[in-house]
Amino acid sequence: MTVLDTATTAPAATATAVRDGDRTWTPVCAYTDLLPERGVCALVDGHQIAIFRTFDGALHAIGNRDPYSGAYVLSRGIVGTRRGEPTVASPMHKQVFSLITGRCLDDPETAVPVYPIRLRDGAVEVAC
Amino acid sequence: MTADGKGGDLMRLVVVGHGPAAHRLIEKLRNLGFGGAITVLGEEPRPAYDRVALTSYLGGKSAEDLTYPVPEDVTLRLGDRVVAVDREARLVRTASGHAEPYDVLVLATGSRPFVPPVPGHDLPGCHVYRTIEDLDAIREEALAAAEQGTGTGVVVGGGLLGLEAADALRGLGLATHVIEVGDRLMPRQVDEGGGAVLRGHVEALGLTVHTGAGVERIEAGPDGTVARVVLPGGEVIEADLVVFSAGVRPRDELAREAGLPVGPRGGIVVDSGMRTADPAIYAIGECALAGGVVYGLVGPCFTQAEVAADRICGGTAEFTSADTSTKLKLLGVDVASFGDIDPEGALDVTFLDPIEGVYKKLFVSDDARTLLGGICVGDAGPYDTLRPLVGRPLPGSPTELLFAGTGGIDVDLPDDAQVCSCNNVTAGRIRRAIAEEGARDAASIKKCTRAGTTCGSCVPMFTRLLKQSGVEVGKAMCEHFAYSRAELFDIVRVRGITTFSQLIAEHGTGRGCDVCKPAVASILASLGNGHILDGEQAALQDTNDHFLANLQKNGTYSVVPRIPGGEITPEKLIVIGEVARDFGLYTKITGGQRIDLFGARVEQLPKIWKRLVDAGFESGHAYGKAVRTVKSCVGSTWCRYGVQDSVSMAIALELRYRGLRSPHKIKAAVSGCARECAEARGKDFGVIATEQGWNLYVGGNGGFKPRHADLLAADLSDEELVRTIDRFLMFYIRTADRLQRTSAWLESLEGGLDYLREVIMEDSLGICAELDAQMERHVAGYVDEWRATLEDPEKLRRFVSFVNAPDTPDPSIVFETERDQIKPVMIPLEMVR
Repeated sequence: MTVLDTATTAPAATATAVRDGDRTWTPVCAYTDLLPERGVCALVDGHQIAIFRTFDGALHAIGNRDPYSGAYVLSRGIVGTRRGEPTVASPMHKQVFSLITGRCLDDPETAVPVYPIRLRDGAVEVAC
Repeated sequence: MTADGKGGDLMRLVVVGHGPAAHRLIEKLRNLGFGGAITVLGEEPRPAYDRVALTSYLGGKSAEDLTYPVPEDVTLRLGDRVVAVDREARLVRTASGHAEPYDVLVLATGSRPFVPPVPGHDLPGCHVYRTIEDLDAIREEALAAAEQGTGTGVVVGGGLLGLEAADALRGLGLATHVIEVGDRLMPRQVDEGGGAVLRGHVEALGLTVHTGAGVERIEAGPDGTVARVVLPGGEVIEADLVVFSAGVRPRDELAREAGLPVGPRGGIVVDSGMRTADPAIYAIGECALAGGVVYGLVGPCFTQAEVAADRICGGTAEFTSADTSTKLKLLGVDVASFGDIDPEGALDVTFLDPIEGVYKKLFVSDDARTLLGGICVGDAGPYDTLRPLVGRPLPGSPTELLFAGTGGIDVDLPDDAQVCSCNNVTAGRIRRAIAEEGARDAASIKKCTRAGTTCGSCVPMFTRLLKQSGVEVGKAMCEHFAYSRAELFDIVRVRGITTFSQLIAEHGTGRGCDVCKPAVASILASLGNGHILDGEQAALQDTNDHFLANLQKNGTYSVVPRIPGGEITPEKLIVIGEVARDFGLYTKITGGQRIDLFGARVEQLPKIWKRLVDAGFESGHAYGKAVRTVKSCVGSTWCRYGVQDSVSMAIALELRYRGLRSPHKIKAAVSGCARECAEARGKDFGVIATEQGWNLYVGGNGGFKPRHADLLAADLSDEELVRTIDRFLMFYIRTADRLQRTSAWLESLEGGLDYLREVIMEDSLGICAELDAQMERHVAGYVDEWRATLEDPEKLRRFVSFVNAPDTPDPSIVFETERDQIKPVMIPLEMVR
């Protein structure tokens, strides 16, 4: 299982983190790297964070791990809305998660973590 | 003419002009069983196309996309203008000297754009907006101008077509001015208040509007082409090109020279049966003056064509007046008007929201009892509900009605209220189709009435009427669309919609989900809208289509190169083996005679495919709802029992249908004899060789609910086989539900196999030419998705595990070894942290 080692030495993952209040913000990509209604995954301090840009331009960050399958795939799900709430559907077995709360809308007992995300000078930053 | 009035085989019908009206005439004649010979003489170099959708040509539609299917057994003579009608000799002469005799002549010569005779109107750089050739010239100049960074376009005319042209110029990257001689935009459709709101919308998009202004002159620059437009007040607009869109004039010169009466302001005079003063000559469409009016909208022109067709076949149909209501989205703004929008002595009630840019006005009779007409800008909600009620008692208070169609009131349509104005279909006609003709679902009601099949704008009203009539309206796909997949397919196809955003803005709510987005992506792909990862389409694809590979349980993907018919050379087998070895992939032979390579991480996919594409492999579409494989037995080439070459046929079919997107996956097989070693009867379509040719079976399935395919046709030649499969697939793609395999589709098809046979082999719906053309477009437009992806750096950028660490492999992906190959290990959360 040597692949695990690479996580701790990932070069860009901790590159230029900045401290701001009680949070450490890590820039992960340019806003323009994000396609509307599509996600990407960022590796920050060993965490896999799924980042989405919704149709209205808003940014959301949730954990990339699909709690049902255990696979790290939520960033590759289809982005949409359910009664107006922005969502992503797991590409594995289609459970739908709120991008606002991380809660699974098909199964409110289950949730994924939500991470703070912001836009700074055209760069997308997340805190964890 | 024979006694049945249907022409027998003697009548020679000649149609002059091949535009939408002529097309509809021919279609109607054939539907009515007209048996005479039809010859169409067209001036344009191409057959009739959908002029209503002309602007979509600039948005990427091809001329073929817009072209109507040409019915069989019609003689087309294109690119040769008719120059004279000899009524004595009953023949027409063309510019090339050809003479065509007729028994009945139909003039469908259309109109020509009116170009005001201002100085400079004929300079190079001045255009009109009517034909595909016009648009080609406009595009070429606009792009050249935009490249030099100067591009400015001026549209003369602020009516419906003028704004459409302005939108087109804007889309081509030009700064755009609109000059309207009237005091407001779209003076025929809206009043002053509506015009002001519309102007606000148009200006917000960056267009410059000049109202109350004509053109004084157009001046050339040193190169002799358009350089500036001068307005009467002396204002000068520096311009690279000018588009005249200031109305049209009927092309009545042939009739005029032949001595037929024309109106004082043009238009060939016809009676209520669309017949001119010469009983052997009819005139229809924009060249005809019917009841003192020349109609320029497609709906009335279609009705005229149908009336003329009916009369030619001995009927008594009449064209009296027509609804000139319009509803459209121009520059993203809804504009609609219906009924009388300038009635004398009427009362009106108006709603104005200057902030949102909404203007709605209803006209009612002075006793406030009867609806006379209405105007909507920015919200066309009331149009659907109220247009059929014009001239009838008000179904609610005028204020309530202003908000009809936006969740407000729901009104019952009277029987004679027109639902579909393009095809002149009333509510009563639809109710009759349901009650008397046994039409039980939206699709069959559309088929027998044609409602909703031309511009599609009445579909919401149509759907509401069906619900009121107790018809099970196709199950809503999800919370975002109230339509079934088949209905959405029709909307997209008929309205020429090319993006999800447009579809959901006009026909849905919210921003979609994992149900509707892939379904719409599939519809767009079936209709040939380019690479599935182009532009907005990329966001619609589920992860398999998005990475062009199959997601496996641990977040890795599998790769399946196409191996047509299951035939592969040793060299290619070696390449697959080497690729699998070099990338450490697990390999397995599939049931469809291919090889699946498992365990690839997203960032490896392009590298793997680079090797495969270089070795001559293509995408196998194992990841898509698409045609997968055509499996074959070894056939007569090697087999002692084979009667036909099943391998060659399987390869030919797989290459023909590769890449075809469909409601669900499609699998096929070809067996070389009745022993059926390819298991063809377990496939969506299966072909089994006979001594005489091929038997075609459809609707088979392995999977969850096995079903043997049914024999659709026996002893087909190669050519017949391919044509029948073409139509079977296209008809399935058009009408099936989301994720409905052919087996379930066939079982739900009312009339079953017999009905399917009638539709695709006897052309009972008259759609075969269209189905054929659609398949031809698919075949001609096929490109390998993986090759195209490798050639596009933008698309390749997405193939990374981590956006901030593109070279880092996903640490959660771990394998162990089993039987000398990798096997995924799902590791608990803590270990990755």
